[in-house]
Amino acid sequence: MKKQIPLIITFIAGMVMILQFFIPHRPFSDLQQLFNTWFLIITVFAMILGLGNLFKVHTKRLQRRPKGWWYSIVLLAGFAIMFIVGMIWGPARGTPFDYLFWNVHLPMSSMMFALLAFFVASASYRAFRARTPEATLLLVSAILVMIGRVPLGNYIWDKLPLIGDWIMSYPNMAGQRAIMIGIALGIVSTSLRIILGIERTYLSGK
Amino acid sequence: MNIVDHLEKLDRRIIFLLVLLAVIIPLLLPIGFEIKVSEPVQKFYEAIEALPPGSKVLISSEYDPATMPEVYPMNQALAQHCFKKDLRIIGMGLWPQGIPLNQASMEQAAEEYGKEYGVDYVNLGYKAGGIVVISAAAENMPNTFPLDYAGRPIEEFEIMEGIRNFDNIDLIVSLSAGDPGVRHWVMIAQGRYGKKVAGGVTAVSAPAFYPYLNAGQLEGLMGGMKGAAEYETLLEASGTASRGMDAQSIAHGLIIFLILFANLFYLLGKRRKK
Amino acid sequence: MLVAGINVEAFEVLSSSEPPVSPTEVLAKDKPNDAGGSIIVTWRKSDDDVEENELVKEYLVFRSSALDGEFELIGTANKGFEKFVDGTTIDGTQYYYMVKASDRVLHSPPATSEAVSSSAQWFHSGRISMLVATVMICFLILWFIRKAKKGKELYIRPIAGLEAVDDAVGRATEMGKPIMYIPGIADMDDIQTIASVIILGRVARKAAQYETSLLVPCCRSIVMSAAQETVKEAYISAGRSDAYDADKIRYLTDDQFGYAAGVDGMMLREKPGAIFYMGTFYAESLILAETGHSTGAIQIAGTAMPSQLPFFITACDYTLIGEELFAASAYLSKEPLLLGSLKGQDMGKAIIIAILVGGVILVSLGFTKIIAWLATG
Repeated sequence: MKKQIPLIITFIAGMVMILQFFIPHRPFSDLQQLFNTWFLIITVFAMILGLGNLFKVHTKRLQRRPKGWWYSIVLLAGFAIMFIVGMIWGPARGTPFDYLFWNVHLPMSSMMFALLAFFVASASYRAFRARTPEATLLLVSAILVMIGRVPLGNYIWDKLPLIGDWIMSYPNMAGQRAIMIGIALGIVSTSLRIILGIERTYLSGK
Repeated sequence: MNIVDHLEKLDRRIIFLLVLLAVIIPLLLPIGFEIKVSEPVQKFYEAIEALPPGSKVLISSEYDPATMPEVYPMNQALAQHCFKKDLRIIGMGLWPQGIPLNQASMEQAAEEYGKEYGVDYVNLGYKAGGIVVISAAAENMPNTFPLDYAGRPIEEFEIMEGIRNFDNIDLIVSLSAGDPGVRHWVMIAQGRYGKKVAGGVTAVSAPAFYPYLNAGQLEGLMGGMKGAAEYETLLEASGTASRGMDAQSIAHGLIIFLILFANLFYLLGKRRKK
Repeated sequence: MLVAGINVEAFEVLSSSEPPVSPTEVLAKDKPNDAGGSIIVTWRKSDDDVEENELVKEYLVFRSSALDGEFELIGTANKGFEKFVDGTTIDGTQYYYMVKASDRVLHSPPATSEAVSSSAQWFHSGRISMLVATVMICFLILWFIRKAKKGKELYIRPIAGLEAVDDAVGRATEMGKPIMYIPGIADMDDIQTIASVIILGRVARKAAQYETSLLVPCCRSIVMSAAQETVKEAYISAGRSDAYDADKIRYLTDDQFGYAAGVDGMMLREKPGAIFYMGTFYAESLILAETGHSTGAIQIAGTAMPSQLPFFITACDYTLIGEELFAASAYLSKEPLLLGSLKGQDMGKAIIIAILVGGVILVSLGFTKIIAWLATG
């Protein structure tokens, strides 16, 4: 029974969403809006679920003191500060919350994203090798696109950006489209398996 | 391990140091490479140019401080372009942290062009739910966003008069660094409701949007800092993106050099083993 | 000068002496393919509506239920526009629309439409091709599932990344290290996340059998909840319910790079023996995979995000490309019903390829009608 009810809900919700795509008439159009609203409400409540888990896991770590337990203090303190400041002053421009957002959160997040530049360099240094003819082709096209995408390419040869754009617009797009068609079919097939209850790995209970 | 093997498997910390220098030096000593405008950005610019004054442009900010160096200059340039053309902006976002960034861009441009909050632009804030928010707003905007980002009822704002759903919006722009983002706006707003959608994305995800662009599902596309720099060039305004292009050029050059360097030692090593 | 509260000087400055020329050809029709309650009003621009001057600043749209009744202003459209959608009609009620060009002070004489009423439609006529495709693909999938049910052997090509799942779990066990499973950064409404949670179930069952610790850091709380249920079920079915620890499947943050930082930290502290990246990834993919690579873990990735595939291919030992992610569950379970759906999907792909090739040939030969047939509205 514990499994049957979610399967029935999944089936009904899935079918309604498919039908409303083809039937604009009421009640289908309203049902779509209704389901959307429910999802929005669930999403907001799920945030509480996540926060609860965060507190549970990290207060436990503080009690047990495993290796690196002080990171939990940083996490809980960071959360408490942003929460209290946000609750008292709100998120508008010029408030302490806004100050923390622009001066603490922003540089830290940018730093994480900036790591990508370093990792792209190290990963491409390690992995881009002309081992096979296919790999060589990949290597050459990658270099052409990379150099064609920045003003430097234009300085070297004014046709380089055009070559870069051509690679992006034709060979790249053909490949992307083929992958996307495969993905779309995979999505249809997976959705159908879930709606029909053939795939039920994600459900626990009897 | 001899020198050839050693160079082929260069310590990644040396690579990191080289990348750091390749980025910092051009930022401190600008070179000023000329920026050539690509077609997707030109199309984006023309989509805005084609709108008559007073048209309403929805700018949805789906990015955060992390991707700010790439996407924020797009947001700034776009807000400037809209106000320059006397278009009105309705801001919103599917990522909570994009809201203050979108607001800052609009405020900055509004100050420059003497525009007023509530009349020429408004920020409807963040709503959780991603793709579902798009379809909810497409059907009924006031119900989906009854308040602006600071909690004021939207009926107070002149710009929101007569806006019921996406029928009353002339162009949608999603500036996104991930999910939910441009992909979902194309799927719902363009695919289902036939709205014109343009997008600004990070450089790393730009290749995935070319099929949408070529299929006419996207009016235009700005990819990464380069896209933003091209837009700034079209606006004849020098922003952070244009200034960052020197560093990006040199960093790209360095990575290409490193790849060629690694391959040289790979081939030398292979020949030696033979 | 102020007369009865009206600023006469401003009035004189704003208004030209004559009202603008009327718009023409005002047409009103029911908005097609909707749930009713909408009428589209179109007109041809006023001759004064040109870019060079400001004789027309906007169009005023009025509505009345009787031609000689009182017309009520229901909305405006900007200069240059020739369309207005009235989304406030009552189905079955007759309406007349009147459009005036205005410079915000003086209005043109009105142009009026014929009577029209809105209605809801039972079928979206612009989506016939989509309906045909959906029915066809669903039929194929269901037909092959039925065939599989009857016991027909179905051949599925080997997928290296999936063959390696067992080895990866085995290797982590031998090394006495935990397994880390990263379900992407999207929420549960993304089909890739659903596929990922399904694969997690298979990986968790193997981990439970081998008695290896499984860490699942999540970026969304609903995903965490679903992952906990899935792993719990896997441990129960492997007869190891005592080893299940809900705290190992934890929520980190919704923030993309905050999550990447958190996961990187966990990788460096816990030093997992095997790392799985399955689901939707964006720019954090390489930040995660490179850090994972530096810990020496065996890495298997799977995503349907084409732009992230190159990063995973570079930094991971195996990568499931696009649809392979969705095929993984069927492949790992070897359940005939799931394998049947894969076969149906392949047939669907064959048909799409045939349509693509046929379409290209027909359009090249000048038969462009096929584009309209296949288009969706």
